[in-house]
Amino acid sequence: MIRLEGGFVANLGKVYGLYTLGFLGFVILMGILEAAGVENTIIGWMFVAFTVLIYALIGVLSRTMESDQYYVAGREVPAVYNGMATAADWMSGASFIAMAGGIYLKGYPYMAFLVGWTGGYVLVASLIAPYLRKFGAYTVPDFIGTRYGGNLARFCAVIILVVASFTYVTAQINGTGTVAARALQIPFELGVWIGLAGILFCSMLGGMRAVTWTQVAQYIVLIVAYLIPVFWMSNKLGYGLIPHLAQFEAVGRVQELESILGVGTLMPTAEAQAAAGGLAALKVGINDASEGFMEKWKFFTLVLCMMAGTASLPHVLMRYFTTDSVRNARKSVGWSLLFICGLYLTAPALATFTKLSLLDPNVATSIIGKSVSEVTNLEWIQQWSNVGFLKVVDGNGDGIVQINEFFMRGDIVVLATPEMAGLPYVISGLVAAGGLAAAMSTADGLLLAIANALSHDLYYKIIDPKADTKTRLIVARILLVCIGAAGAFVASLKLTSILGAVAWAFCFANSGLFFPLVLGVWWKRANRAGAIAGMVGGFGAGAWYLYMVQFAGMTPWMGIDGLRFGMIGMPVSLVLMIVVSLMTEEPDAETQKMVDEIRIPSGKVVSGN
Amino acid sequence: MSSKKEQHWAKTRSLTFTVLAVWAIFSFVIHWAGEGLNSPSFPGAYFMAGMGSQIAFAILVFWFASRQNKIDEEFGLEEK
Repeated sequence: MIRLEGGFVANLGKVYGLYTLGFLGFVILMGILEAAGVENTIIGWMFVAFTVLIYALIGVLSRTMESDQYYVAGREVPAVYNGMATAADWMSGASFIAMAGGIYLKGYPYMAFLVGWTGGYVLVASLIAPYLRKFGAYTVPDFIGTRYGGNLARFCAVIILVVASFTYVTAQINGTGTVAARALQIPFELGVWIGLAGILFCSMLGGMRAVTWTQVAQYIVLIVAYLIPVFWMSNKLGYGLIPHLAQFEAVGRVQELESILGVGTLMPTAEAQAAAGGLAALKVGINDASEGFMEKWKFFTLVLCMMAGTASLPHVLMRYFTTDSVRNARKSVGWSLLFICGLYLTAPALATFTKLSLLDPNVATSIIGKSVSEVTNLEWIQQWSNVGFLKVVDGNGDGIVQINEFFMRGDIVVLATPEMAGLPYVISGLVAAGGLAAAMSTADGLLLAIANALSHDLYYKIIDPKADTKTRLIVARILLVCIGAAGAFVASLKLTSILGAVAWAFCFANSGLFFPLVLGVWWKRANRAGAIAGMVGGFGAGAWYLYMVQFAGMTPWMGIDGLRFGMIGMPVSLVLMIVVSLMTEEPDAETQKMVDEIRIPSGKVVSGN
Repeated sequence: MSSKKEQHWAKTRSLTFTVLAVWAIFSFVIHWAGEGLNSPSFPGAYFMAGMGSQIAFAILVFWFASRQNKIDEEFGLEEK
């Protein structure tokens, strides 16, 4: 192992610069091997094995037995790198694999996710993160427990954290399983367990410290993998060098094509849809923006729920506990947002260019308007039909593929782009490695958030406050393995689609935690009884509503469906918290003084950690 | 001593309200216009939802961070 002058943190630029060059070199080497006739399966294996080995290596090298290192990476992560790690932590398999496909299939309304998942960071920066950094917590329930006092408040926060994060992590492990299964040509169930092994290797020995440095490495892989195909396509289609600028002209062309081909008017017949099962035809145009009140309201509510959820999800908030100062915690939120934009600003362009490749009759790869036999003979159509990701159903029997006869899963927009656009296989391998990096990095953050809350808040603070550091860290690791195994088990049951579970996690988090966190900083009068009422009431109301709408067949009220149940949970939480706080005694002088301390950056951290 | 902290908090609070006002415009107000943002020459709704708001948020967070630093320094409450 190379010894670096001044330690690892002082040499981050050098280390990750070399790493990035090494990774690009590896991609080029794979390209050469492909040209030399090496089989696709072997290239897929190499991509997955090489990247996962690197992550595991970083994980092992970052092992630690110090609690400060294990829980908050020693509080020495520079703002830029923490931003990069947060971006990887944040962008899940859903962002990487499903987002562009969502925009492709569901058009403008889906872009509410893009607005919500970025604007939430404004709330993180201005309302929560710097104050929690000053507080000096190890976990989010640690803040709730100390600010409001008492084990019950802490316990409620732990429960909400576990429910929200566990909902989310099963979707991520599912994502790693899907990608691993495809790239390695192994059964999905086996892929899930292999994915889990990789995830645990990254986090188990070094906790937050290891996760931080692997997440930086994973961000680099995922962003390279996302950008290369889009740039390639934009140039191949002749719209321009930079897809982000070229997309607006392309949108005009797409809208033209959409109205010619009947997107939004030519719906699939009932029989065709039945034959296609869960796959979807294109029914909404890319720029059919909201017009009526209900459309605008649905956009608004989704944006609001995703934003408040962003600001209450513990695996995101805890990343800002690791910066070296309050000042850098704030700046780091800005960097996170920039790094996230690297992918989010590209997703609409990817959706638009994919539409052009498939719909524009002037483009060689287009399929709409061609004969059914010609389309079903295409190699990539056959490959993805075989795994059930797409289907051509000739609804009117005229032998020509119309817009309402081509059914697909949104995921293939990212996964199949390289094959669709006729790019070499090495790009497919790269995309698989990127999807794996996105899902693994988020799963790592979530598993760690859960295990840390259980080991620090439940075990150490509530069950055995006398436990020594070594015991605590061993408990933390055992819990990490158990929760990971539970997540993999649930994921292998394939209960929900990736996106459903992700939106639920956001609503669970904002129903239960948003107001207790925000008011804990911004309203001194908020007390223990109010916080407990807010957490239990908000979370309970949200969960009840989700159950009624999703499983008991209730008609959604005001268009508030299972994706938006935070619209029920949050107001209940806010009202209960204010009313109950005002009805009970104000917090003691010591607590009020603590809140004053949180509000200024100077001085020592407030908690005893 | 305490009044210095109170002034610091008052300024911090008004900065936060300003940030939240800008945030609300780019999160909700603009997108409420929906189809109204589109013109024959430019897909405005697509641009704002897919790019414009995100860029505004990123600028807003960096601006907030630097303003808050100035407030902290003004009252001598920054980290040493």
